[in-house]
Amino acid sequence: MSHIKVELKKEDVAKIKEICKAFNNNPGELINVLHKAQSYFGYLPAEIQEVVAQELNIPVAKVYGVVTFYSFFTMIPKGQHPISICTGTACYVRGAEKVLDEFKRILSVSVGETTPDGKFSLSCLRCVGACGLAPVVMVGEKVYGRVSPDGVKDILKEYE
Amino acid sequence: METVKLTIDNRQVEVPKGTTVYKAAKTLGIDIPVLCYMDLGDMNIENKPGGCRICVVEVEGRRNLAPSCSTTCAEGMVVKTHTMRVINARRTIMELILSDHPKDCLTCAKSGKCELQDMAVKLGVRNIPGQEYAEMSTYKTDFSPSIIREMDKCIMCRRCETMCNTVQTVGALNAVNRGFMAVVAPAFEQDLEKSPCTYCGQCVAVCPTGALTEVDSTPKVIRALADPTKTVIVQTAPAIRAALGEEFGMAPGTLVTGKMAAALRQIGFDYVFDTDFAADLTIMEEGTELLDRLTRHLNGDKNVKLPILTSCCPGWVNFFEHNFNDMLDVPSSAKSPQQMFGAIAKTYFADKMSVKREDLVVVSVMPCLAKKYEAQRDEFKVNGNPDVDFSISTRELAHLIKEFNINFADLADEDFDRPLGESTGAAVIFGATGGVIEAAVRTAYEVHTGKKLPKMDFTELRGMEGIRSATIDFDGLPINIGVAHGLGNARKLLEDVRSGKANYHAIEVMACPGGCIGGGGQPLHHGDSSILKARAAAIYREDAEKPIRKSHENPYIHKLYEEFLGKPMSEKAHHLLHTHYFDKGNKDIYI
Repeated sequence: MSHIKVELKKEDVAKIKEICKAFNNNPGELINVLHKAQSYFGYLPAEIQEVVAQELNIPVAKVYGVVTFYSFFTMIPKGQHPISICTGTACYVRGAEKVLDEFKRILSVSVGETTPDGKFSLSCLRCVGACGLAPVVMVGEKVYGRVSPDGVKDILKEYE
Repeated sequence: METVKLTIDNRQVEVPKGTTVYKAAKTLGIDIPVLCYMDLGDMNIENKPGGCRICVVEVEGRRNLAPSCSTTCAEGMVVKTHTMRVINARRTIMELILSDHPKDCLTCAKSGKCELQDMAVKLGVRNIPGQEYAEMSTYKTDFSPSIIREMDKCIMCRRCETMCNTVQTVGALNAVNRGFMAVVAPAFEQDLEKSPCTYCGQCVAVCPTGALTEVDSTPKVIRALADPTKTVIVQTAPAIRAALGEEFGMAPGTLVTGKMAAALRQIGFDYVFDTDFAADLTIMEEGTELLDRLTRHLNGDKNVKLPILTSCCPGWVNFFEHNFNDMLDVPSSAKSPQQMFGAIAKTYFADKMSVKREDLVVVSVMPCLAKKYEAQRDEFKVNGNPDVDFSISTRELAHLIKEFNINFADLADEDFDRPLGESTGAAVIFGATGGVIEAAVRTAYEVHTGKKLPKMDFTELRGMEGIRSATIDFDGLPINIGVAHGLGNARKLLEDVRSGKANYHAIEVMACPGGCIGGGGQPLHHGDSSILKARAAAIYREDAEKPIRKSHENPYIHKLYEEFLGKPMSEKAHHLLHTHYFDKGNKDIYI
C-alpha cells in the first residue's frame, strides 16, 4: 500500500483522541474507532493510525493489520467524486470489467487510486443490490445503471 | 473437574472439558501432524490460529474436516485421524501451501531444519499439480543488523506474532493485508529497523520456515581467520556450553565446555577466551554500582534511583529504550559482558600482545541475535572500529564446526586460554534466569558485610516462574530482589515499579524465556520447556563444580584491576566498562 506523508494539525489529533475516548479507549473497539475516524477524515493515513494505537495502547502494527485487512478502510484519500464499479457476479457477466477498463484508461489510475488533481478515485465493490440494472456504477451517492464502456466518458463529463 | 468421553481412532479417551482434539489424541500417543500450531508448555501459551489446516481430522456427523488443534472435544465425539479423506486433504493442503512457496530449498538457510520441508516429506508430496499456473506472492527482503525477513517464505503460521505480541509484548509484528498479499510485517510494512523490534530473536526461534533467520556472520569470521595479518580471538557466552551439544545430537543439558574450547582452537582462533571472564568483571562493576546506590539511598540521598536494573541483556536494553524511556537512569550503566570483553580485549590484551587495535579481531559466540545489533552500536566503537567485530549465534558456531570437518563428539576436552579465559561459577550462571542477580548477591554480600557467605546457592532466585521475588538478608539488612524473564513479564514488573506498587532494590531482567539458555540464537527448542530446564540444570551443575564460585575471587580479575583498571568504577573503568542509554521512542518511526 502506498503512503502519503501527512502532517496532522493539533485539532486533528484532538478529534482522533475524542473518537477513541467515545469508545472508552477500548482496544476491542478498534474497528469502530477506525470506522468513525475514516468517516471524519475520509481516509486513514499512517499518522492517524499512530495516534489511534497510542490512545488504545496497542501496537501500531496491529492497527495497520486491521486497516489493511478490511477493504473498506483506505490509506489513500478518496477523490472529490469517488467512483465505485460493481464487480459482483451479475454486473461482471454483463461487462463490468470492460467498463472498469474504460474508467482506468480515461483517468489513468488503477483501482484504489486517486487522480493527481484529487477529483476522482476508483474502487470496486461487490453488489449494490441493483442487479437488474447491471452493470452498475456509483459516483458519490448517484447510481448509474446499464453502463456501457461508451457511456463512461458521458458520466465523467457530468462532473467537469 | 468436568470431563468428556470421546473415541479417537477406535480408542476411548476421557479428557478434561475444553481439551482440544489434538491434545486428547496426544494422550493416546497419537501424533496428529501440525504445522502452524505451537505449544509453549509452561508458559501456558498456545499458538493455534487454525490457519494451515494440516491437522485436520474426520469427525463423525460433521460435513467438513475439523482442525484438531482448535476443535474442542465434545461428549461422544467419534474422531478418525488417518482416513483416506484426511490423508488426501492433508496432502492437498500441503501442495497448496507449497505452490506459493519458493523452491530454493537447497540453498535456504533453514534447509534441513525446516518444519515445512519435514512436513512435505512426511506427507509424501512428490509434485505440485498446476504449479506452472500458480500465482506466487513476492515481497522485498528486509535486512536488519540481526534478523533477515524473507517473507516470500512466510506461510502465515503466525507463531512469530505470538512470540512478539503475547510473550514479549514488543508489538513489532502483525499479520497485514489479505489473500495473496497477507504476510506478517511491522507497521506500514516498513523494515524491522524502523519498528520497536528488540532483536530478541524469539520470532526466529519459532519460525517453521526460512522466512525469519539470523544474519549469518560466519563468512566474515572465516575470512578474518584466513588473514595472516589479523590476530583473531573468540569469546563464548555462558549459555553456549549448555546447548551447543544438541546441534550434534547430544541430549539437552549436555555440557560441552571442553569440547567447545577444543573445536574453537581447531577452527583456528589464536586465543580461545570466555565471556564468563567478562561476566565476573560485570559483577565487579554492577555489584559496586548496586552497593554505591544502596549506601547512598540508606544515607538518605534523595537523588539516587532504586531499584537498579541489570543491563547485560541487549534485547532488554532495546526494550526499555523503546518502552521505558522515562526510566533510562534506572538500569545499571555497566556494559554487557560481551562488550566489556571487547573493550578489555582491544585495550588491555592488545597492549599486552603488542597488537594494534585494527589487527585484533574479536569474535563472540552468543545465544542471542540482539548481540549482533549490540556489537554494531556506535557507542561501542573507537574511530569506527568496533570492540566486538563479529557476533555469531550458537547455531552459527555449530555450522562453522561442521564446515571445518571437526568431529565434535570425539574431541578431547581442552581449557580456555589465559588471561581472559578464567572464570568463576558466578559467571557461568549468567546463562540462566536469576543467575546474574545471584552472582551479584554473592559478591555484594561479602563486600558489604565483610563476612563470608554462609551458603553459595540462592535457590530462591532460581526457577522458571516468569516473575519471581525474594528478600535476601544482608546481615540484618533485607534486600528485595526481583527477577523477570521474557519481555512481557519484564513489562509487568517495570510497570509496577513505575507506579510505585513494587518495592525492589535490584531487578534482573532477561529478554528471553528461561534467560540466555532460551535465547534467540540457541539450537531450536520449539517451545519445549523441558529442554530449557535441562540446559539450566547444566549451567548450575557447572557452577557447583567450579573451584571458585564468587566473581571477586577470580585471580585474573584481581590482576586486571591491579595492572590496568585500578578499582571498580574508577575513571578508567567508567570509560571502558560503562555506557548510557538512548530514548528510542515507543512507536514505529514512520517516514
